[in-house]
Amino acid sequence: MDIYRAHVLVCGGTGCSSSGSATLIDRFNEKLAENNLDKEVKVIRTGCFGLCEAGPVVIVYPDGTFYSHVKPDDVDEIVTEHLLKGRKVEHLVYVDHSTHEQDAEKSLDEINFYKHQHRIALRNCGVIDPENIDEYLAMDGYKALEKALTTMTREEVIDEILKSGLRGRGGGGFPTGLKWKFTYQSQADQKYVACNADEGDPGAFMDRSILEGDPHAIIEAMAIAGYAIGASQGYIYVRAEYPIAVKRLSIAIDQAREYGLLGKNIFETGFDFDLNIRLGAGAFVCGEETALMHSIEGKRGEPTARPPFPAVKGLFEKPTMLNNVETYANVAQIILHGADWFASMGTEKSKGTKVFALGGKINNTGLVEIPMGTPLRTIIYDIGGGCPNGKKFKAVQTGGPSGGCLPESLLDTPVDYDNLIAAGSMMGSGGMIVMDEDNCMVDIARFYLDFIVDESCGKCAPCRIGTKRMKEILDRIVEGKGEEGDIEKLEELAQTIKSTALCGLGQTAPNPVLSTLKFFRDEYEAHIKEKRCPAHHCKSLLQYKIDPEKCRGCTACARVCPAEAITGTVKQPHVIDVKKCLKCGSCMEKCRFGAISRE
Amino acid sequence: MSEMDSKFAELHQIIEAHKDWPGALMPVLQAAQEIFGCVSEDVQKVIAEGLGVTLSEVYGVATFYAQFSLQPKGEYVISVCLGTACYVKGSQAVLDKLSEVLDTPVGSTTPDGKFTLQATRCLGACGLAPVMTINGDVYGRLTPDQVPAIIEKYRTPA
Ligand SMILES: Cc1cc2nc3c(=O)[nH]c(=O)nc-3n(C[C@H](O)[C@H](O)[C@H](O)COP(=O)(O)O)c2cc1C
Ligand code: SF4
Ligand code: SF4
Ligand code: SF4
Ligand code: FES
Ligand code: FES
Repeated sequence: MDIYRAHVLVCGGTGCSSSGSATLIDRFNEKLAENNLDKEVKVIRTGCFGLCEAGPVVIVYPDGTFYSHVKPDDVDEIVTEHLLKGRKVEHLVYVDHSTHEQDAEKSLDEINFYKHQHRIALRNCGVIDPENIDEYLAMDGYKALEKALTTMTREEVIDEILKSGLRGRGGGGFPTGLKWKFTYQSQADQKYVACNADEGDPGAFMDRSILEGDPHAIIEAMAIAGYAIGASQGYIYVRAEYPIAVKRLSIAIDQAREYGLLGKNIFETGFDFDLNIRLGAGAFVCGEETALMHSIEGKRGEPTARPPFPAVKGLFEKPTMLNNVETYANVAQIILHGADWFASMGTEKSKGTKVFALGGKINNTGLVEIPMGTPLRTIIYDIGGGCPNGKKFKAVQTGGPSGGCLPESLLDTPVDYDNLIAAGSMMGSGGMIVMDEDNCMVDIARFYLDFIVDESCGKCAPCRIGTKRMKEILDRIVEGKGEEGDIEKLEELAQTIKSTALCGLGQTAPNPVLSTLKFFRDEYEAHIKEKRCPAHHCKSLLQYKIDPEKCRGCTACARVCPAEAITGTVKQPHVIDVKKCLKCGSCMEKCRFGAISRE
Repeated sequence: MSEMDSKFAELHQIIEAHKDWPGALMPVLQAAQEIFGCVSEDVQKVIAEGLGVTLSEVYGVATFYAQFSLQPKGEYVISVCLGTACYVKGSQAVLDKLSEVLDTPVGSTTPDGKFTLQATRCLGACGLAPVMTINGDVYGRLTPDQVPAIIEKYRTPA
């Protein structure tokens, strides 16, 4: 292997790719060659570093300098200054949002964003080149598979996973070891392992980043699972919207086959295992396990009632063990370091770590992995850097369309499966969206229901019709046509849907409404009774007004108003005709005297 | 061979290659959507015959999944992210503005066949929210007032 004196890591995650990191890589290679550095410095495209907000992100090793928001034109400077002369390019060094510190000497682990994190599932993301199996091997890759196949019985593998306390990261939190055990116990001529990479929560991208940044970890874990339960074939079901993940996974599978880590007689133990990728086609419900299996079978992705559970009768009617991507991402580490090591992290009933996709009104948008039990407040303020522009925090949403919104008063809740449920939300797959004072909670609830109405497969009436009814009520509330009794109607519908829907989608669909009703009931009431949106978000409830005291009669507002709603003579106070006003906000932007207000 | 003929030839090849796969219908439909830009009735018929399944089964699957469209899409497909992270940061206003500028409702194609406007869920670039893509090109940190200039770029090709 060639020895390089420095490595330039360029983030090739989806966020940074979207902001042009591929061009950066080309530019680096070009510039390094021009300066005859191409034999000394190696450029590596990695998966997501996590701090997507700062993208495109570049890290230079051995010193670990963290450059953020790097543009193609900055590459010259990094090459000629840093790589050629050893002088860091100070003005490109990452600025910490929470401390406003820009410290070129600080290593990655000392930056606030990373300091509180603990990376197991994301350990290789942003560290290795995901398209090169040798880099994975250099990070102890496939050692766990070797250990399991050559030194452990199938029962010992299952036992280790059981003892570790690992629970499903796809949302349900079912003990992973138990699921393996049940499938192991099923008798059949053929069994399957499957990986759920459908990642349906709109606003979450943990699984995507793992697949893009460390695909071999999933392949290795699935092979271990195949050995444990007695399956020789696995399927990975990936959302079609994830082209980079699919590509890296395909490359990884090919490389693993080439190295004999997939295929026949792996590690000379007689164990055969192979993997295939299947693509989803844009249906949220296919994340539900029975629907996912129907989709792999080439059918409509409609859920079916359980039992029979997949462990007994799953894919192609055979016993099937389905786990989420992040669940698998922990497996090799548990086999290598032991169940006790894993169980030493986290809380009593939730072991290990959890990855969250932190987004919305938060400074450090990105991916974070924290030990279970970390308080929400630490995640949002210490890691996330709080809300931007000095706005006031209002709520944090976890669990996606099945979850709930928690208010400021519950920010000290330690994050784990049971505490989040007790608080009125749920862990979910890892979406964590922060909302500030400008977000209307009724509108957010409506947003989630809109999603559900779109995505309901329509098989059962409570979900198909009930969620539509709920959405109609919410539509009318945000339009200022809410009626006395609407809240009670919502609650009644919610209870019926929860208890009668066929699958998890319907059963959890009312949660965003119920949690916002619980914690932000006053916002609902303001909409219904006072026809007022406290967040000044809902358009129909806004009123634009001109303060005659402040108005100088400059006519600027009247000239921009698309509805000719503003009248008045020059140098005289103007007035807005509320009946004509379209609530476009143009007048308010134009007024230089602050005479126009919105409420 | 006309363009259509060669597309159908390609489809036949795909069908041959996948015929014996368990659950072949999905990958074949996905390939067809890629080749033709939509899965029209003609295409569905060929697939049904090739895989030995009924047309109603093909239709049932094709209509179930959002990825398959029965009508062709516009030259430029504009997808605005309505994932939670983007929605919270105001992507609805961007979508509304696009609908106004293109004078076409969300989920439709302009009469000249130039633009299709659609909403999608998380594109995985939440750090850049609100986000949209036009034929795969990503636009991030959008505000409604940037919309007219962006559309103009595609209306008048350089
Ligand atoms: C409507 C619905 C959507 C789901 N979406 C996902 C998903 O996107 N990803 C996922 O891993 N699990 C999803 N699940 C959970 C799966 O059904 C299943 O429990 C999980 O994949 C099992 O893996 P785990 O035990 O490792 O979490 C969803 C469940 C429901 C009801
Ligand atoms: S609850 Fe909704 S998504 Fe689930 S089966 Fe019923 S209609 Fe389909
Ligand atoms: S722009 Fe302001 S100051 Fe000028 S006329 Fe309108 S309200 Fe009055
Ligand atoms: S909000 Fe828009 S429509 Fe209403 S008065 Fe102002 S400029 Fe006119
Ligand atoms: S995509 Fe680059 S840091 Fe996340
Ligand atoms: S929510 Fe829009 S990119 Fe993730």
